[in-house]
Amino acid sequence: MELLEELYEAVLTGDFFTTPDLTRRGLDEGFAPQALIDDAMIPAMAEAGRLFEEEDYFVPELLSSGRAIKASLEILHPLLRAGNAEYVGKVVIGTVQGDLHDIGKSLVAVMMQGAGFDVIDLGTDVSPSEVVAAIEEHKPDVVALSALLTTTMLAMPRTIDAIVDAGLRDQVQVLLGGAPMNEKTAKEFGGDGYADNANAAVRLALELVGAS
Amino acid sequence: MTHALIDELLAGGPVLTDGGWGTQFLEQSERPVTRTELWNLSHPELVEQVAKSYVDAGSEIILTNTFQANRFALPDAVEQVEAINRAGAQISKRAAGEHTKVFASIGPTNKLLVMGDVDEAELSDVFTEQATALADGGADGIVIETMSDLAEAVIALEAAAATGLPVVVSMTFDTGRQGDRTMMGVTPADAAKALADAGADVIGANCGLGVDRVAPVCEALVQATNLPIWIKANAGAPVLIEREVVYQMTADEFAGHVATLVSAGASFVGGCCGTTPEFISAIDRSLRPG
Repeated sequence: MELLEELYEAVLTGDFFTTPDLTRRGLDEGFAPQALIDDAMIPAMAEAGRLFEEEDYFVPELLSSGRAIKASLEILHPLLRAGNAEYVGKVVIGTVQGDLHDIGKSLVAVMMQGAGFDVIDLGTDVSPSEVVAAIEEHKPDVVALSALLTTTMLAMPRTIDAIVDAGLRDQVQVLLGGAPMNEKTAKEFGGDGYADNANAAVRLALELVGAS
Repeated sequence: MTHALIDELLAGGPVLTDGGWGTQFLEQSERPVTRTELWNLSHPELVEQVAKSYVDAGSEIILTNTFQANRFALPDAVEQVEAINRAGAQISKRAAGEHTKVFASIGPTNKLLVMGDVDEAELSDVFTEQATALADGGADGIVIETMSDLAEAVIALEAAAATGLPVVVSMTFDTGRQGDRTMMGVTPADAAKALADAGADVIGANCGLGVDRVAPVCEALVQATNLPIWIKANAGAPVLIEREVVYQMTADEFAGHVATLVSAGASFVGGCCGTTPEFISAIDRSLRPG
């Protein structure tokens, strides 16, 4: 099997032990870092996302694929930064204040990475002012906010209000997601978009940055 | 072999558990309702009020305010984790009086084995710490609830069973076209088999898509195991009105759905998000007419 195919398979099957080796081998064989990403990893993650929507894959499979990509990107990122990485866009992501749930947010973060975004993950329990500070520092195209609880999702409009108050609302697209959310609620909260699963979130982010 | 306490409880027919605690905290407090497990030490009277409201409504089993009382969920209170759990069990025991049993709540850690966030041994230590403190506090049983990862659920079960108390393991089925898988893709049949093999006394489903949608999950569990079934569903799906989260299902409507679950084979019934003592009273009336 060719290296790109092997890397594709390893990402798709979530074989995060093998992807670093394959990545190093690819570099040795003369593949450009960006080619390993664009021609193997991104298509593999897209396929994993498709299988997730088809319900052949569930969160563990998707996370393993994400972890496989992450392991590979750790090797490639330093090289990319030196040679001007081509990102499709920049995303600041976090779970809102008062909410410690990590899983859905991390899933979206790894899938966004897998789709070619530069992802800044602020973690969980992120306050409105931390989000504002991250926008000022990183100048992202997209801010993605997650909440798992009906009691914490109300931190979303508070966060968006803070972005508005800081005069930054025009500079970012705000994506909202999480179990208690829906399209209508996201609109009421002042978001630009809502996705009900990680794959849909990536598609939406790609649309919003004009990369789809 | 079923635990003697479970047999004793089931001898009287379906067993009424409790309803949501978070909603009750919201109503009784001006404070932001996050990390309420800390209240077991700082505001035990508020916690006891909620526990007592379910005892008064007719709950035969009440839970404890310890769902997220593990050291991963309380990173800046790790020194207090044992005390929080012990106090949680003691508070519910005080409210329970002589006739109501206390099954102490253990929730997921929100750490993922599959991502390598934690390993099995670390998870086991965290659950052992929590379960041991709950048993010390006088709990009559342990409920491992809202689980989505079967591996984590089994580790929690083993830690809880080591206390010698009866253990309920309840997972949240809310994913997939039929809403009959956990977030991690586990089916009721997978769960029933693995949890029965690992020694659970009762198997169940809680939270999820709503009491109006949980019947197929209940039926699948009944099909897959001879163990008693525990169901605590939400009061339907919440809607947002004026930036307030509202569960619109009435107590009587909820009780009607619970009656269906009992016919389908559920033995322990109560409610989760959006349910209140009023809901428990309504179920009590519908299960025990006259």
